Amino acid sequence: MWKWLHPYAKTERAYQLCLTLQPWFWAGALLCLSIGTVWGLAFAPQDYQQGDSFRIIYIHVPSAILSMGTYVAMAIAALVGMVWQWRTAYMSMIAMAPIGAVMTFIALFTGAAWGKPMWGAWWVWDARLTSELILLFLYMGVIALYGAFEDKQQAGKAAGVMALVGVVNIPIIHYSVEWWNTLHQGATISKFDNPSIAPEMLWPLLINLLGFAFFIGAVTTVRLRNEIVLREMHRPWVQTLAKQQLANTQQKRAANQNMTEGN
Amino acid sequence: MQFDSFAAFINMGGYAFYVWLSFGVTFVAMGIIAIQSFIKHQNLLKQVVVEQERKARIKRARKQQQAST
Repeated sequence: MWKWLHPYAKTERAYQLCLTLQPWFWAGALLCLSIGTVWGLAFAPQDYQQGDSFRIIYIHVPSAILSMGTYVAMAIAALVGMVWQWRTAYMSMIAMAPIGAVMTFIALFTGAAWGKPMWGAWWVWDARLTSELILLFLYMGVIALYGAFEDKQQAGKAAGVMALVGVVNIPIIHYSVEWWNTLHQGATISKFDNPSIAPEMLWPLLINLLGFAFFIGAVTTVRLRNEIVLREMHRPWVQTLAKQQLANTQQKRAANQNMTEGN
Repeated sequence: MQFDSFAAFINMGGYAFYVWLSFGVTFVAMGIIAIQSFIKHQNLLKQVVVEQERKARIKRARKQQQAST
């Protein structure tokens, strides 16, 4: 049943898959993010309590949800790497870590910029905020641990263990608003049967959520390809590919120059 | 459109600083990570080619040395 998946453990197939997916991910990200952001900023109705400051929700909630989602994806990759000894699994784990860290940073930053006008403080040591900050440290820990080893297979294992242990933090972040008395408000859209948000406000939020997901996918495909090239530098297929791609970009640059000179 | 004028849109009901700061930092951060990934890709490809040429050079030098001795 899982046979179709096995060829992708090979780096060359994984690289090709990334190349195929990449344009769709970029197109999806650009389309969804522009629609969702414009809709959210200009067309969604005002919040009756928070006025226009609530529009930060259109980047805060997607980045926060996906900072956790990316972490889970990273931990699954680490688990696959450990169980089936796939090198590509560790490569995708480390490809996802920086973009996950950026998402966590965005969630924290937009949260602070939303907290200042609404709560009166940029930062409070609230359960939700603190556990999200720990998530950022977990991402940075995984990246640092991976970078500390010369042998990248060993690095993948060590960072993978850390990524797996850190999964404990995910339910803590999610339920922090219920378990503790927090300043942060409760869940808004994860209650699918009865979302506590008006549909005309919800739609741009869902579109932006999709856009952020596409963006994470797109960056991951680029970074996974980077990781593959780095690790397989001495393979013949990588060497021919590098020559071809560099020649292509040089040709393009030369063509552009001719165009500008012609004009 | 929820706003009466472009100026009102920019003003964001008095929350202009916080809203535009959030959106600005978000898209700048996303841009940086995306561009950094692409630049790294180009540099890696160059590194592969340079490494390959270096190896070829070493091989040639070794052959010449063997021929001369």
